[in-house]
Amino acid sequence: MSIAQRPLLTLAVLTLAAALGLPGSATAEVEKYVIDTANGHASINFRIRHLDFGWVYGRFNTFSGTFTYDTESPKNSGIELQIQTASVDSNQAERDKHLRNKDFLNVDKFPTATFKSTSYTEGLGTAELAGDFTLNGVTKPIRFQVERLGNGPDPWGNYRRAFMGTTEIPLKAFGIEDFGPTARSVELTFVIEGIRK
Amino acid sequence: MHWRNTEECYGAVAVALHWLMAILVVGLFALGVYMRSLTYHDAWYIRGPYLHKSVGLLLLGLLAARLVWRFVSPPPRVQLTLTPLVRRFSGLVHVVFYVLLFAIMLSGYLISTADGRPIEVFGWFAIPATLTGIPRQADLAGQVHLMLGYGVIAVAVVHALAALKHQFVDHDDTLLRMLGCRAFR
Repeated sequence: MSIAQRPLLTLAVLTLAAALGLPGSATAEVEKYVIDTANGHASINFRIRHLDFGWVYGRFNTFSGTFTYDTESPKNSGIELQIQTASVDSNQAERDKHLRNKDFLNVDKFPTATFKSTSYTEGLGTAELAGDFTLNGVTKPIRFQVERLGNGPDPWGNYRRAFMGTTEIPLKAFGIEDFGPTARSVELTFVIEGIRK
Repeated sequence: MHWRNTEECYGAVAVALHWLMAILVVGLFALGVYMRSLTYHDAWYIRGPYLHKSVGLLLLGLLAARLVWRFVSPPPRVQLTLTPLVRRFSGLVHVVFYVLLFAIMLSGYLISTADGRPIEVFGWFAIPATLTGIPRQADLAGQVHLMLGYGVIAVAVVHALAALKHQFVDHDDTLLRMLGCRAFR
């Protein structure tokens, strides 16, 4: 049998299962999650080298998003994020003020950065998420290395699922002035925990 | 030369405060505009704001001293040769100067202390943060600081042109008075 015919077969089996009211059809449901920003269980973090010396860590404090997770077929999972770039916080007010201006994040003109996934592949223990990242009005495809964290019921009656994604983006590609040879790119770490709807 | 003002002329303290503050206000404005053009690797990226904040807070001290001195030793009366309208306008300009300078210093203070950090004055002492955590505090205070900065320079230009006009067109010695009693005589 050719690969192209397989989805059809799967569909036929699922349709049959649904028609017969088999419990197996419930597990094929795509789970929908809202990212738990309300209680601060998700974060958009970055770090960048300070010249030849240390690291500066920071966050975007205000963002929102949703994701889906298909337990049967993880490749059908996806995520959408909206990040308010004015919420940049590197724990230094004057630096953050400069980061918001037109040399860097240009937040008055482009207040929202977005990420929309285009593909997700799960391997043994690892996963990769690709998608379009829009920052400073520039959209580029980027790839996250994803670590699957926990999932299951929490003590308060909700069902949660969490992931952590890391990537590195070159600043110039997004029209942002870089900080010299050691700091041409910034590392992003997204901690995403969602509550199932 | 008298330290104190007399009925006719300004004393040494008022003259010194006037010119020192004039130089600092113009200097701080120029440095502020220059600072805004700097990028990350420029040498003055750190030095400029440090100097601007330190001198700016010292200027706040001078502004307070000047206000106190107005009460200790009131300024000489405005020349009676001037029309009542001009005298009133001149008084208004002085009030505007005081209010603008104070608002500029306050807004500048709110930029640098937005995250709770104090402002170091040449490493001699630090002014602690008080009001923090207003949403986008540093940006808002920065916009106010910038606009009022241009505003005070605009008023200063009017003030200087008026002084030159009174001195050289009206010949009423307005500018000479600000050089002290001896120059006035």
